[in-house]
Amino acid sequence: MKRILQTLAVLVIIAAAATWLVTGANRGWTKTSVAVKTLDPVTGIEGISYNKKFVAGVDFLGAAFAGAALLAGASLFFRKPNNNQNDVTNQA
Amino acid sequence: MKLLSLIPLVTLATAVYAAPQSFDFKDPKGVNNAVFSLDAPLESVNGSASGISGTVSFDPENPSATTGKIVVAAESMTVPNPMQKEHLHGANWLDVGKYPEITFEAKSLANVKTEGSVTTADVSGTFTLHGVSKDLTVPVKLTYLKDKLSARVPNLKGDLLVIRANFNINREDFDIQKGNYEDKVSPTINLTLSIAGAAVAK
Repeated sequence: MKRILQTLAVLVIIAAAATWLVTGANRGWTKTSVAVKTLDPVTGIEGISYNKKFVAGVDFLGAAFAGAALLAGASLFFRKPNNNQNDVTNQA
Repeated sequence: MKLLSLIPLVTLATAVYAAPQSFDFKDPKGVNNAVFSLDAPLESVNGSASGISGTVSFDPENPSATTGKIVVAAESMTVPNPMQKEHLHGANWLDVGKYPEITFEAKSLANVKTEGSVTTADVSGTFTLHGVSKDLTVPVKLTYLKDKLSARVPNLKGDLLVIRANFNINREDFDIQKGNYEDKVSPTINLTLSIAGAAVAK
């Protein structure tokens, strides 16, 4: 169990970092939409519309790191498997 | 004698031609927008509003007589982060339920300069945000596009008026979280207005 939780913690960090990088390494807050500008040829005004798109931000990274820390912390409550004890049991 | 009797007619025709036109800023194309940005040490907030309406009375022969009112629907203010948007619209900030409109009512123009179809001026008027009204003077650029309405909206003939303005306001002047969160939400708000209004030919 200890090993599983520690592995999960590492996986959460890797997945979050990969998502953050793939969506553009945004150093601001997480966005669920992005502004798209279109030029009106008659007036010269740049119209702004929003397209739905997930862009992970530093809050996303922070939440992932906090989750990973929780998993790693929880793993401390489980004992490491004792190989010597297993050997004794096997011999008996 | 006949010539003399024509004078009132000519005067009337000139007066009609020179009469100010009323431009409606409810844009069917939906490109009209007001961009706002706040740059605080810890956080920058950038967004826009699209719910723009209002009318402006503009006379191409006498731009200095321009008056009007532009209304921005507070509910239409959008930022890309959903939590920021929720806070922005909420009771602690803009309280869009209680104060649904942000308005600027232009009353007079100064430093008017016209070159061709472009007029620049300092517009004085009343800016209302969060239920608080303040007198402001804002530099604006007015571009009069004669007979260009049909290029945007087929089957409609008339003129267009493009208004551009960029100015700063202080949120604390409008009782928005006075003295609070200055490291995260800048007291200075930069506003950029880019809007086009139409005057349909009668």
